[in-house]
Amino acid sequence: MSAEGRRRALRLLGALAVTGAAAPATWLGGRAAAQGYAGLGADAEGYSQVVEGRRFAFPRDRGPHPDFRIEWWYLTANLSDAAGRAFGVQWTLFRQAVSPDPGLDGWASPQIWMGHAALTSADRHLTAEKFGRGGVGQAGAVAQPYRAWIDDWRMESLGEGFSPLRLRAGGRGFSYDLGLRAEGPEVLQGRAGYSVKSERGQASYYYSAPFLRASGELRLGGERVEVSGPAWLDREWSSQPLEADQPGWDWFSVHLEGGDKLMLYRMRRVGARPYLSAAWIRPDGAIERLDPAEVALAPAAEAEVAGRMIPLEWTVEIPSRGLALIVEPLNRAAWMDMSFPYWEGPIRVEGSRAGVGYMELTGY
Amino acid sequence: MNWRGFLWALTALASHWRRRPLLLAAALVGLAAATGLWIGVQALNAEARRAYDDAARAMSAAALPALVAEGGGPADIARFGPLRRAGWPASPLIDVDLAVEGAPASLRLMGVEPVSLPEAAGLALFGAGEDEAGNDADADAPPAPDYAAFTRPPGRALIAPATLAELGDALGVGAGDRLATPRGETPPLVASAAAAPGVLIMDFGFAQRLAGMEGRTTRFLLDPDAELPAAPLSDIAPDLRRAAPRAAADPAQLTESFHLNLTAFGFLAFAVGLFIAHGAVGLAFEQRRGLMRSLRACGLPAWTLCAALGAELLVLALLAGVAGIAGGATVAAALLPDVAASLRGLYDAPAPDALSLPLSWWLWGLGMSVAGAAVASGGALWKAARMPVLDSARPEAWFAAARRARARQGALAGALAVVAAGLAVWGEGLVAGFAMIGAMLGAAALALPLALGAALAGLQGLADRRWGPLAAWMAADARQQLPGLSLALMALMIALAANVGVGSMVDGFRLTFESWLEDRLAAEVYAEAEPGAAPRLAALIAADPRISADLPEWRAETVLDGAPVELRGFADHATWRRRWPLLEAAPGAWDRVAAGQGAMISEQLARRLDLGLGDPLALAGGAALPVAAIFADYGNPRGQVRLSNAALAARAPEAERGRHALRVTPPEAAEAVAAELDAAEGVSAMEQGSIRALSSRIFERTFAVTGALNTLTFGVAGIALATALLSLSAARLPQTAPVWAMGTSRRRLAAMELGRIMGLALLTAMLATPLGVALAWALVAVVNVAAFGWRLPLHVFPADWLRLAALAVAAAGLAAAIPLAGFLRTSPAALAKVFADER
Amino acid sequence: MKDAAAPTPPLALEGLRKTYPSPEGPVEVLRGVSLALAPGESLALTGESGSGKSTLLHLAAGLDAADAGEVRIAGRSLTGLRDAGRARLRRDHVGLVFQQFNLAPSLTVASNIAFQARLAGRADRAWTAALVARLGLAGLERRYPEQLSGGQQQRVAIGRALAARPGLVLADEPTGALDEAASDAVLDLLLELAAETGAALLMVTHSPRLAGRLGGRAHLRAGRLE
Repeated sequence: MSAEGRRRALRLLGALAVTGAAAPATWLGGRAAAQGYAGLGADAEGYSQVVEGRRFAFPRDRGPHPDFRIEWWYLTANLSDAAGRAFGVQWTLFRQAVSPDPGLDGWASPQIWMGHAALTSADRHLTAEKFGRGGVGQAGAVAQPYRAWIDDWRMESLGEGFSPLRLRAGGRGFSYDLGLRAEGPEVLQGRAGYSVKSERGQASYYYSAPFLRASGELRLGGERVEVSGPAWLDREWSSQPLEADQPGWDWFSVHLEGGDKLMLYRMRRVGARPYLSAAWIRPDGAIERLDPAEVALAPAAEAEVAGRMIPLEWTVEIPSRGLALIVEPLNRAAWMDMSFPYWEGPIRVEGSRAGVGYMELTGY
Repeated sequence: MNWRGFLWALTALASHWRRRPLLLAAALVGLAAATGLWIGVQALNAEARRAYDDAARAMSAAALPALVAEGGGPADIARFGPLRRAGWPASPLIDVDLAVEGAPASLRLMGVEPVSLPEAAGLALFGAGEDEAGNDADADAPPAPDYAAFTRPPGRALIAPATLAELGDALGVGAGDRLATPRGETPPLVASAAAAPGVLIMDFGFAQRLAGMEGRTTRFLLDPDAELPAAPLSDIAPDLRRAAPRAAADPAQLTESFHLNLTAFGFLAFAVGLFIAHGAVGLAFEQRRGLMRSLRACGLPAWTLCAALGAELLVLALLAGVAGIAGGATVAAALLPDVAASLRGLYDAPAPDALSLPLSWWLWGLGMSVAGAAVASGGALWKAARMPVLDSARPEAWFAAARRARARQGALAGALAVVAAGLAVWGEGLVAGFAMIGAMLGAAALALPLALGAALAGLQGLADRRWGPLAAWMAADARQQLPGLSLALMALMIALAANVGVGSMVDGFRLTFESWLEDRLAAEVYAEAEPGAAPRLAALIAADPRISADLPEWRAETVLDGAPVELRGFADHATWRRRWPLLEAAPGAWDRVAAGQGAMISEQLARRLDLGLGDPLALAGGAALPVAAIFADYGNPRGQVRLSNAALAARAPEAERGRHALRVTPPEAAEAVAAELDAAEGVSAMEQGSIRALSSRIFERTFAVTGALNTLTFGVAGIALATALLSLSAARLPQTAPVWAMGTSRRRLAAMELGRIMGLALLTAMLATPLGVALAWALVAVVNVAAFGWRLPLHVFPADWLRLAALAVAAAGLAAAIPLAGFLRTSPAALAKVFADER
Repeated sequence: MKDAAAPTPPLALEGLRKTYPSPEGPVEVLRGVSLALAPGESLALTGESGSGKSTLLHLAAGLDAADAGEVRIAGRSLTGLRDAGRARLRRDHVGLVFQQFNLAPSLTVASNIAFQARLAGRADRAWTAALVARLGLAGLERRYPEQLSGGQQQRVAIGRALAARPGLVLADEPTGALDEAASDAVLDLLLELAAETGAALLMVTHSPRLAGRLGGRAHLRAGRLE
C-alpha cells in the first residue's frame, strides 16, 4: 500500500477512534491501546454482549453477527511447493459496527469492513489492505452459501456446503488463488466457544476450522508457484475484547506432525502476568483446554523489526504432554505495515515435535 | 571606508530632501505605488490561487477518470457492488447544484462515499494529516467529524467556513443547523476545510435523497492510483463506459485570462511607479549636481559619494516599501470583493474571501522596493560615479540623442507590430491572444513618441507660417521635451487604450446582454414551486384571468461527457418562437424541437462538445437528437440543452415541473400577479423586470473590478505625468527664462505651457482611440472566446472616447498645474538669476 | 513724454535703489543710481564682483523691479507696470545678450535669430538675412545651437538681440564665456551692429581692456556710480 493510501486509511481509522467507537486498533491490541487509550472497554453499550452458554449453530454462525461491535474472518495457510520451499498466506476480513443501531442495510448501514492480505516466503513479505462500506455490496459476509468478501478479495464456498472453498486476494506484486477443503470439523475454542481474555471476564465468541487443506497457485512478482499445505480459519466476534491495561497479545496456531493442532495465546497486561490460554486439538477434532498452569510460553530471542524490538523466537513447554517446542519465524520481516501495524507470519516448530503454524504478535 | 566622509556626504545630500518635500513625496509615492500595486495584485492572485487549491480538492474529484452512463445521464448505483467485487476501484459521486431556500445562490452538492473515495480526489474529509501515531498534526484544523457521524443519520454536511459565514449572514444559520432544500433538510452543517467554498459535501446516502437521485449517481470515480481489472467493463456493467478525466474543470486554467490581466496591470503599475521614482531621483540628482561636485572637489572619493547616495536610496526604498505594502494590502482588500465577484460570476470559480499578508510578502515587497529603487536610480548613480569634478556647462546633446532613440524605438515598434500581426493571423488560444495584445500595446507605446514627434514637427511648421514664433517655439520645445515625457505619455496612452478597449468590451457586453435578457425574459412573470407545491401553483395559475398564457418550463440535470448539463423543457408557444434569441438555427428548428426531433444547445456547450447544426447530441433516455439550433447563454458556466417539455419528460421522468413562464394581459398587471403568486406557500414568483434588474446587478458586480483597475491605471498614469512634468519643470527654467526676458509675460508662458501639455494629452488620446478599438476587438474576438466560450459583437462608443479624451486632457492639465503654479510664483529676480548663475 | 529738443533717451535710470535680503541682514546693493543713454551711445559698466553690475542691468531691462527710483525705456516708465507690460516694453525696445547665450536649444539658428523680431511683429526677412551674413553664420541657419561653438552661439544671440532693431541693447558680460580672440571678434560685431542700427548699448564687463573700446565707462562702487 502506498504511503498516500496509508495516510488516508489512517485518517479514516483515526477518525473512527475519535468517536469512542472501538477502532480496529483495539481488535489488534494496537499502539493506541498500548499508549493507554482509555475507553475502549467503556462503551460497549447498545451492542450485544458476550455471555457464556451461547449455543453455536452452523451454517448460521459462519455469517456475520452485526449486533456485535467487531468480528473477524482470519485465515492462515502454511504452504510449500514441489521443491519444498515454504510460503505463508494470510487472508483477513474485519467487520466493525460504528454504531449499535439495529443493522440497517443500504447507505445507512453502520458496518465498515477492512481486509488484510499477505504472502510470505523466506525472503519476501508482501501485504495489502482494503476498506469497504457495509450495506451496499462492496464488502460483507453471508452464512449460506458461505462467502466473505471485500472488493475482489473473497473466501467463498463453491457448492451449497461450506467446503470446498475458494480463496482469492492480491495486492501490488502478489496474489493467490487457493482451493480449501475441510478435512475435519470446526471446533469451539474456550468454554464451548466462550473465550475469556482476562481474569476480569472480557471475552469473545471464538471458533476455529483448523483442519483445512489448501492447494492452488501463488503469484509472487512474475513467478507462479503451485503450492499446498494446511490452513487454519479463526472466527471471532465480540463487543469488548480487551481491558484497558492490555496492550496486546501473542498468538500461535500450530499444525503438529501427526495431525494434532495447538492453539495458544497470552494477553499481555501492564504490570501483571500475562493471561494465558491454550487448547489441544486432536486429529479427530476433539478439543481440550489446557490448564494455564501446565503451559509455559516464553520469548527466547528478540529482534528489531520496523524499528521496534519484537520477540520473534519462543519456547513452548507442556510437560504434561511431554512437549518442548522451539518456535522460529519463516521470515523475520513479516511485519504487517497497515493502518494499525502488527507482526504476523508463518513459523517453523522444532523440538520434541516438528510442525508449522502462524504467529501473531500485536501491540509492539 | 572613510566613515566620517561617508556620513558627512550623507548628511549633506539628505538635507536636500528637507528643502524639497514635494520631490521627496514624488520619489516615495513612485516607489510605494510600484511596490504596493505590484504586491497588491500578487496578493490577490495568490489568494485566488489559494482558493482554487482549496477548491481543487473538490474539483479534482470532478476531474478524476470515471465511469459514466453509456447513453448519458446518471448511472445506476446498483452497479457499485458488482464493480467493486470485480476489482474496479470505483466510488460513486453525486455532483449537482442544490438550491437552498432563501439563499442568494445555489450550492454545489457533492455526495461522496468516504471509504472508497480515491485518495486522488483529495477530499480530506476527516481532518488534515495525522502522523503514524495517530496524533493530529494540524491542531488548528477544524475538528474532524468522525466516520460514524458522517455516514449515519442525521449525517454531516461539510461546508467551507467562509461559505457557512455567508449563509449565516443570509439565513442566520450556523454550525449544527440544517439547510432547507426543495427535497428536505440537509444534514447538520459542519465547518470544514475539506469543503471548497460554495460546496456542500455529505455522505452519498444523504446526497442521493437531496439531489432527487435515489438509486443513481452522477458518475463513478475511478482511483487513478489503482490497477484496473483485466476483465472488460462490459461483462460487469454494460450500461457504463469509461470517461477520460476532465481537464476543463481546473479553475486555475479557466481563470488564467483574469489573472494574466491582473498581472499585466501589476507590471504596468510597477513600471509606471518606477518611472515616477526614476523621475524624482533623477531630478534630485540634477539639483544636487553642484553639491556633489563640491563634495568631490573637497576630496570625497567618487565611490564614497556613490555609497552615500546608495544608502540614501536604501532608506528611501525601505520607507516607500513599507508604505507601499500597506497601501497595496489596502488596495487589494478593497478590490477583493470585486475580484471575488468576477471570479464567481464569470468562471463559476471559487473565490477568495479574505486577504492575508504573511511576513514573507513583506520581505518580498521590501526587496521589490529596493530593487525598484536600484533600477530607478541606476542611471543617476552611474552618472555620479563618472562625474568629473569640473563639469562643462554644455547641455546634453538632445538633438542627436533624440534621433538615435527615435531610430531604436521605431525599429522595436515595427518588430512588435509584426509580431502582433502574426499572432492575430496565426495565433490560437488564450496565451496567444494575450501575447498579441501585449505586442500590440508595446508597439503602439514605442511608436507614440515618433507619432507625437511627427505631429509636433507638423505643428511647428504650421505655427512658423501661421501662428507666430511663440507657438513654433512651444512646438519645438515640446519636441525636445518628448524623451523626458514619453514614458509618462506612453503610460497615459495605455491607460486610455485599456479604458477604451475594456470599456468597449464591457459596454458591448452589457448592450448584448441586456437585449438578450430582454428577449430571453419574454414572459412577464416567472413562477416556481417547491416540489410539493406544484399542484397549488398550477391551480393558482389556472384560476387567474390575468394570465393569458401558461408556459411550463421543466427542468432536469444530466451528464454529458462526464460534466453536468442543464436540461430545459419548454412549451411550444409563439412567445418563444418570436423572442427566444438564436445564434444559428436549422430551417424549421422550432417545429423540429417542438416535435421532439431536435434539441437546442447553448453556445458554450456547442463549443465544448464541438457540435454544429445537424450534429447528433447523445442524451440519456432515447436516441441521439440532431442539434436544431444554437442559442446564446451568456454568463452561464454550465452547458444547457433545450427540448420540448414532452421530449424532456420522456427522457428524464424525474424532471422538475414546478417552473412556469407566464404571459400576463395587460402587462401592467405583472407586478400584482407576481406578488400574489409569491405570497402563496411554497411558491416564489418574480416579475421579469426584477429578474432583469437582478441580472444587471450581478453583471455590474462582475465587471466592477475591471472598472476599478481602469481607474487605478488612469490614476497611476496621472501621477506619472505629474512627476515627469515636475522633474522637467526645474530643467525648463533656462529655456523659459530667455523667452520671458525677450518679452513674454509669465502668465502667457504658463498658459501656453498648460496648453502644450493638454495638447500632448489630447494628441495621445487621439492616438489611443484606434488602439483601444483594436484592443476591444482582441478582447471580444479572441480572449473572450478562449476564456468563456462565447463571442460578442464588437460595439464602439464614440461618446465614451470623447469623455475619455476630455478626462485625459483634464488629468494632464491637473498634472501640469503644480509645476506651473510654481513657475507663476517664481519671482522675476529668480528668473533673472538664470542669466547670472553659472550652471 | 517726448522732448521736442532732444530725442527720447532709450534708457533713463533715476535714483535706483535695490536691497537684497541676506543671512547677515539686508544688503543694499544699489544706493541711488542714475544714468541716461542717448541713441547710439555705448557705455561700459564696470565694477568689482558683487558691486551690483548685473542687478543694475536686470533693473534696466525690467527683469527685476527696483525698491525705489525709476526706469524709463524709450521714455516709458516701468513703475507701476506688471509683468505683461514690462514684457511688452522689453519685446519692443530691448535686445538682451547674456554671458551664457541662453538660446532656445529646440530652435534652429535662423529661428533663434528671428525669434524676438517675430515676437515683436517686426520680422524683416532681408535684415535677418543680412544679419546672418554679417555675423558669419551663413550656411549654419538650419543648425541647432548645440552644434555651434561658443563664439558662434554668442553671435546668434547678438543677432537675436538686434533682429528687431531695438533702441537699446543690454549685454551682460557677453564675452565672458569666450576666449580672447573670440571675445574681440564678438565685441567688434556687437559694437558695429549697434552703431549701424543706432541702438544704445549698455554693456556690463569686468575687463578694463574691453571697457575701453566702448564710448563711455561708468564704474559701480559701493552701490553708486563713479
